[in-house]
Amino acid sequence: MSNHAIETKDLGRIYKIRGNKKEKRIRKELIALQDVNLTVERGELFGLLGPNGAGKTTLIKILTTLLAPTSGWARVASHDVIQHPSLVRPLINMVSGGESSGYGLLTVRENLWMFSQFYGMPSKEANQRIVDLLKMVGLEDRLHTKSSDLSTGLRQKMNIVRGFLTDPEVLFLDEPTLGLDVGAARDVRRLIRGWVDANKSRTLLLTTHYMVEAEELCDRVAIINKGRVLACDTPANLKRNLQRDAIFEIETSPLNGLTSQMLQDQPEVRKAALSDIEGGARLELILQEESALASVINILTQKEVKVRRLSKREPTLEDVFMDLVGQKMEDVEKEEAPHAD
Amino acid sequence: MQTDKALAFHASEKATGWRLFLKTIAARAYPRVIGQQREKSWIFFDIFLPMLAVSAYVFVYRAIGAPEEYVGFVVVGGAMTSFWMNVLWSMSSQLYWEKEQGNLALYIIAPNSMMAILLGMAVGGLFATALRAVAIILVGSLMFNVTYSVASFTQLLLVFLLAMTALYGMGMMSASLFLLLSREAWHISNLAQEPVYLVSGFYFPIKSFNFWLAAAASFIPLTLGLDAMRQLVFPSGALLGFLSVKVEIIVLIVLCVLFLTGARFLLDYMEKLAIREGRLTESRR
Ligand SMILES: Nc1ncnc2c1ncn2[C@@H]1O[C@H](COP(=O)(O)OP(=O)(O)O)[C@@H](O)[C@H]1O
Ligand SMILES: [Mg+2]
Repeated sequence: MSNHAIETKDLGRIYKIRGNKKEKRIRKELIALQDVNLTVERGELFGLLGPNGAGKTTLIKILTTLLAPTSGWARVASHDVIQHPSLVRPLINMVSGGESSGYGLLTVRENLWMFSQFYGMPSKEANQRIVDLLKMVGLEDRLHTKSSDLSTGLRQKMNIVRGFLTDPEVLFLDEPTLGLDVGAARDVRRLIRGWVDANKSRTLLLTTHYMVEAEELCDRVAIINKGRVLACDTPANLKRNLQRDAIFEIETSPLNGLTSQMLQDQPEVRKAALSDIEGGARLELILQEESALASVINILTQKEVKVRRLSKREPTLEDVFMDLVGQKMEDVEKEEAPHAD
Repeated sequence: MQTDKALAFHASEKATGWRLFLKTIAARAYPRVIGQQREKSWIFFDIFLPMLAVSAYVFVYRAIGAPEEYVGFVVVGGAMTSFWMNVLWSMSSQLYWEKEQGNLALYIIAPNSMMAILLGMAVGGLFATALRAVAIILVGSLMFNVTYSVASFTQLLLVFLLAMTALYGMGMMSASLFLLLSREAWHISNLAQEPVYLVSGFYFPIKSFNFWLAAAASFIPLTLGLDAMRQLVFPSGALLGFLSVKVEIIVLIVLCVLFLTGARFLLDYMEKLAIREGRLTESRR
């Protein structure tokens, strides 16, 4: 049998949505995941990158035995998650960003101890390990603080310690830095990297909609949008395809009705994204040839848009996403927002 | 470096099977055994407020010249009310609350059994509530001069334990049922609270009902438990009893088996259903 940490085959999930009172009979279906084929090796720090609503949490729920797929199969630590959840569960753990698990009346130590018991850890070992891990994340003085008194950042550190505590073979982190300030997010990332590096038989899968997080932290990244995996590779390889292209960022005066379509209609302009900034706009362009810049400037001049700043830069995962989807990730999220209830 | 050492840790062998089962019960009972006594406000809400209700009934009974035994009935009934409240609010609607909190998902993905989680909740709730019930009995008995004459301590203990097992078994069963209801769980608990006060005879003997209503009320394990306990602790209790203590014990045993196996069966079924329908996590997603 294969020895991958995670393996999925044509994995899909359709949610049935019950209509509201008026249209009870109408049952809508929502395709949250479709034909997902992924393989994660042991020792990898693997990232799922995608906008809100892409299906990341749905995939994590399936892999952690919380949700049944409607098609395909998935194995975690070589066991099928649907046929043998009881073989998978002792080997995994999961932490979600912004979760409020545990009991507010208990202290940090007591909450962590409680969860360690559900995995059958010897009490003494658990308590020792809780102290070690809390020291490491700088929370040792909060050992006896009620968990309801922790700030969001400290709380998330406690949650991540809960994930490490039982020494899982595969750890799942769903948006681990959601809502954290810059400093706390950096601490959490360092912790995540450290845990994977400390032991090569451990595997960690995290989801994120922060480009930088995927780019700096993960060994490999799968880009997911509307339930489909569009690309999966190391951040460097994902960007390599764009390396031949020229990526420009232009800051201009207000756009006077210029649309991204008008720019994309130009030959050799692969993708164009526009966004408003104070007193003007920002254009991000992926050009097949640098020479295409001339035609872009031409259009800008026709529309009487002034160029204030122009710079060429190396491709980022943001550009990779734009190249694959045709939109910037934040624009996808803005579009999704009105539909989510 | 300290960091690396803490992270490189390898867990030693973990408990499985029945040892994991027992550890899970103890760990889930812990927040209720220790945590719930931390905020001292419980003394007001869980002892002082029920005492008000008990006092009101006592004054009414004395005013209308009811037999003095009724006072003792009311005090014992008031204490037992705590268990009913606990089962309604901290068992039945609990899994729904745990789901919204995000705990339920963590309980499911851990290797423990959900039955152990429910048992832990029950054991912890039983302990915390027993503290409150004992306090109510002590305060009530002193305040209203209640005298007890216990016919048989063994039978009394047996009846209490059976009634509690059946009652919390019922709580465990409804916990799994409530799992699939969302907000309605609260409304149902609310609806169940008052009528049950009335029909289970917390504040008067159910013998005053006609037979069939009393029999129907006996489905709530507290009803017969309370009836049998009163027969065993008050001299004239047997006269006011619904059925004989022996029969009531047998019915309680049947209820225990019924509710506990029901809980087990429903829990398995609900877990599978919830995994299929994607209902194990908080509704805000
Ligand atoms: N339990 C559910 N019932 C119905 N639709 C759901 C449910 N959970 C998620 N969805 C929908 O499925 C899609 C994917 O959601 P999710 O997996 O949470 O995405 P992500 O984690 O990437 O933001 C979204 O459109 C979401 O609204
Ligand atoms: Mg999500």
